[in-house]
Amino acid sequence: MVDKTMTADDVAGRLRSGMTLGIGGWGSRRKPMALVRAVLRSGVTDLTVVSYGGPDVGMLCAAGRVRRLVAPFATLDSVPLEPHFRAAREAGTIAMTELDEAMFMWGLHAAANRLPFMPVRAGLGSDVMRVNPELRTVRSPYDDGEEFVAAPALRLDAALVHLNRADRLGNGQYLGPDPYFDDLFCEAADEAYLSCERLVETGGLAEGAAPQTLLVGRHSVSGVVEAPGGAHFTSCAPDHARDEPFQRMYATTPWAEFAGRFLSGPDEHAYSRAVRAWHEGQR
Amino acid sequence: MTAARPPLPAPSRSEYCVIACAEAWRGAGEVLASPMGLIPSLGARLARCTFSPDLLLTDGEALLVGPGGEVEGWLPYRRHLTMVTGGRRHVMMGASQLDRHGNQNISCIGDWARPARQLLGVRGAPVNTLNHPVSYWVPRHSARVFVEKVDMVSGVGYDRARGARFHRVPRVVTDLGVLDFETPDRSMRLASLHPGVTVEQVREATGFPLAVPGGGPVPYTREPTAEELRLVREVLDPDGRRDRGIGAR
Repeated sequence: MVDKTMTADDVAGRLRSGMTLGIGGWGSRRKPMALVRAVLRSGVTDLTVVSYGGPDVGMLCAAGRVRRLVAPFATLDSVPLEPHFRAAREAGTIAMTELDEAMFMWGLHAAANRLPFMPVRAGLGSDVMRVNPELRTVRSPYDDGEEFVAAPALRLDAALVHLNRADRLGNGQYLGPDPYFDDLFCEAADEAYLSCERLVETGGLAEGAAPQTLLVGRHSVSGVVEAPGGAHFTSCAPDHARDEPFQRMYATTPWAEFAGRFLSGPDEHAYSRAVRAWHEGQR
Repeated sequence: MTAARPPLPAPSRSEYCVIACAEAWRGAGEVLASPMGLIPSLGARLARCTFSPDLLLTDGEALLVGPGGEVEGWLPYRRHLTMVTGGRRHVMMGASQLDRHGNQNISCIGDWARPARQLLGVRGAPVNTLNHPVSYWVPRHSARVFVEKVDMVSGVGYDRARGARFHRVPRVVTDLGVLDFETPDRSMRLASLHPGVTVEQVREATGFPLAVPGGGPVPYTREPTAEELRLVREVLDPDGRRDRGIGAR
């Protein structure tokens, strides 16, 4: 059995500029932020990012790493609008493929199932079709003859996800209420990298948790990173809630200042120290 | 003999808004009420507690809950999306822009290619509007929201949904009244005014000509019952959060 453990910087080292990168989680929830921070420390750029967007999208846009964003939204949840995504769109510095939430989900399903598209009853009549002129429709071959959008497969060169637990082989477990779409991101990707709050023995995964919490299978994972607090400042229920004060500061601080204070260190430890120091300064 | 109870304070504007939102789910049956925003949430829960007891409610995350918060089901995002396409849902969404045909925009203001103001993105508005009833809640009725033409059609309106089997936009609730599309050409109509509001006031706050019910004055939004007022004031929103941002004007 292959031990797939590695560091966040090892993961970033396996990515290449120009890749299509899927990022799991949803909005400002269970985002693989430690892996995103490693990408920010690396020289990887010119990315096509595929995400139900949150601060992952905002940070990569602010740092100039995104060529194209494929997303139905970007939000911080408790702060409705993602400031750096907004700024990038308003400055015209990123290209965008704006899809509906369901078109996006079925695009991941199509990729995971090695299909070129999935028919969806979504998008027709909306300007999603106008702003994505490459989208095509299909007609039902059965008696109803209804027309659907052919949501194109969102095949990913690599995916990044963050879960509560994992073993060294790449089996991943979520303990919160929502799996989001992390297993789909992994299955839709040629290489998937899984960070977790805590690395456990394989036999420990099913102890005290139902087997349906075992969301991600090792056959779809290339690397595992133990990253306690690796979703910070997004939520990672039940291990930790969103760091709301920190998120508010992120949303209101100029990017250069934020990046200089929190992201310029050599690793995740430096980030954690800077976050702790900031919280202590708030008391 | 019991002592006469002091009369209840008259309903506030926000309470008429709650009633008007609740009415969206009257007769909806065993479907998920998905309210976005505080006033629609109070409306959905009021409907669930009174005239639409079969409604399903969420906790805003991944659980289906009863009016007291008791968990009765699991609804993570991907199952939620199945509920959307299965049709057993009636959502009340927000709208940054709405036109007379019910096209809604939450994506961006200005040219999509280089927006003057980037908003959320289309989110689930395209899939919602082709699969189940979608109503809207606009907390501040103005000509900036009610526009001749929306900048990015996110939710699909009647003129662009021709032939869509499951498309329906039952109502738009604002702080001034209730709008619907019960006209021959399915253009927006002023269905009711909240008490204290005039037709002229709504027309001035709407960026396109608004139809009114034929053959008579525009009716007022119905009065809440004493029991409905009690539920809103004592059970659902004892802290009076509903009044924030919704004043008489």
